[in-house]
Amino acid sequence: MGMNLYQLFLAPYVEFDFMRRALVGITALALSGAPVGVFLMLRRMSLTGDAMAHAILPGAALGYLAAGFSLPAMTLGGLAAGVIVATLAGLVARLSVLKEDASLAAFYLISLALGVAIISMKGSAVDLFHVLFGNVLALDDQVLLLLAAVTTATLVIMSVIYRPLVMECVDPGFLKSVSGMGSTVHLAFLGLAVLNLVAGFSALGTLLAVGMMMLPAATARLWTADITWLILLAIFFGMVAGYGGLTLSYHLDAGIPSGPAIILAAGGAYIASLFLGRQGGWVWRLLPGRHLRG
Amino acid sequence: MTLSRRALLCASVLLVLPTPLLAQEKLAVVASFSILGDFVREVGGDRVSLTTLVGPDGDAHVYSPTPADAKAMAAARLVITNGLKFEGWMDRLVKSSASSAPVAEATRGIAVLKAPGGHGHEHGKKDKHGHDHSGQADPHAWQSVRNAKLYVTNIRDALIAADAAGKASYEANATAYLAKLDALDGEVKASVARIPAASRKLITSHDAFGHFARDYGIAFLAPRGISTESEASAKDVARLIKQAREQKVGAVFLENITNPRLIEQIAKESGARVGGRLYSDALSGPSGPAGTYIQMIQHNIRAIEKALVPGPA
Repeated sequence: MGMNLYQLFLAPYVEFDFMRRALVGITALALSGAPVGVFLMLRRMSLTGDAMAHAILPGAALGYLAAGFSLPAMTLGGLAAGVIVATLAGLVARLSVLKEDASLAAFYLISLALGVAIISMKGSAVDLFHVLFGNVLALDDQVLLLLAAVTTATLVIMSVIYRPLVMECVDPGFLKSVSGMGSTVHLAFLGLAVLNLVAGFSALGTLLAVGMMMLPAATARLWTADITWLILLAIFFGMVAGYGGLTLSYHLDAGIPSGPAIILAAGGAYIASLFLGRQGGWVWRLLPGRHLRG
Repeated sequence: MTLSRRALLCASVLLVLPTPLLAQEKLAVVASFSILGDFVREVGGDRVSLTTLVGPDGDAHVYSPTPADAKAMAAARLVITNGLKFEGWMDRLVKSSASSAPVAEATRGIAVLKAPGGHGHEHGKKDKHGHDHSGQADPHAWQSVRNAKLYVTNIRDALIAADAAGKASYEANATAYLAKLDALDGEVKASVARIPAASRKLITSHDAFGHFARDYGIAFLAPRGISTESEASAKDVARLIKQAREQKVGAVFLENITNPRLIEQIAKESGARVGGRLYSDALSGPSGPAGTYIQMIQHNIRAIEKALVPGPA
């Protein structure tokens, strides 16, 4: 390649504003999405993020139809749709024989179909899909402010509900038996998940929104079981994948779009960790005598 | 109750009856997208009952047909498509609707333009692009008025082949419309002539103007490949900004089917002026600025002239 380290790692960000903005945006998303992802994973709700991302669609579509290409309208619409679906799914899980995953699946499918129907009513489905899914290379001030606000809110709320959240992960019955805090904390947490998905969705696209949440969390789990380290490592992996993917997308001749490049970088870290991770990594298991030591 | 039911029955018979009669009088034609629909309407006049599959502001690259489309196809006596692989979904629709209507490609006989990954008018350095779209024929041939005239004659011939009785009417309509297109062609050329030769460069988010560029000598640089399906990579965007800075591109245009935020970012970083919106693959609704083909071309060239002619914006 004949490039020196400066050209490889720094020049893209020195030379181009859009690269700096993309890096700031993806860093913010890693900072807030990864901790949410860790708790989703610990609560065995890893697929919830994916389901919720789809549930947001009709709200964002309605926001677009009402106010055009306006970030606040689309975000508020998506947020409302996400909260409604999460709440309804929770209610149905409590008031019927269905478990939460089944009722969530039902609601997200209905919601997704509704979203596609709403989009098609406008006559031009593709147009709206392009508008609804953001692009990490196109972060204007408004989008960056939204991401920064969501990150701040997430970190603040997260630190407030951190203790009960951890306790609930360890023993789901505990908070219910001590106080009525359990469902409040659960709802606040679901709200945070929806907030992060909506922001990621309209700023960066569904793939990045869900991917930046779950992949770093799963990767971190392969290295540690300690919750503090899990969160720190997940944030670290998210940031590294964001930076690595962006830089790859900048240098590679194959022209890999930046969104997929970032997720592929996170996926690469995940697969490498499957082999090398300190928590049951396959390489360590294959080393002779190693497992006898513990 | 019985009375109203009978009335209802009568009404429904009345409603149903005229339809097959009308269908015999009028030639049922299906056009794949809005611009072709406009041509068919001009040439066919009131001898034709027209169904347009991809309506105003729709994207025919990645359209998915509805059952109503299949119904229209089955009833059609002539199907008009752009060809040059523009409507990838068309073959399947023809098969699944069991339509027996002949399919006429409006681009038949048009000089094929290979789709460049970057753009052919600029110097060789950026031909090192990695797009695999290059080498395919650029299907957006209608963007050149010269090609549009071929579209019209092809459509005229297809209509005559399907409905020989209307020959005189189709020929008269086509001749009148071709004269309007000649005037339009002159209008575009005059407009381009008012732009200084060094300023005839712009950026737009969709690479649909290859034919326009070739015939009128304006360079269109695009941050994306030729299809709206692919997403831009950081390398593409960086290359484009560099190029716009180096070659002092005058304007950046939003286009009616892709993410406007990306193009605004590029404009800001390259110091180019943000032009209005160019219509490329679809007409606007009838009340919009590009309700017909002629209005679309006029809208586009006025927007281009306004953005590229130096002086107060």
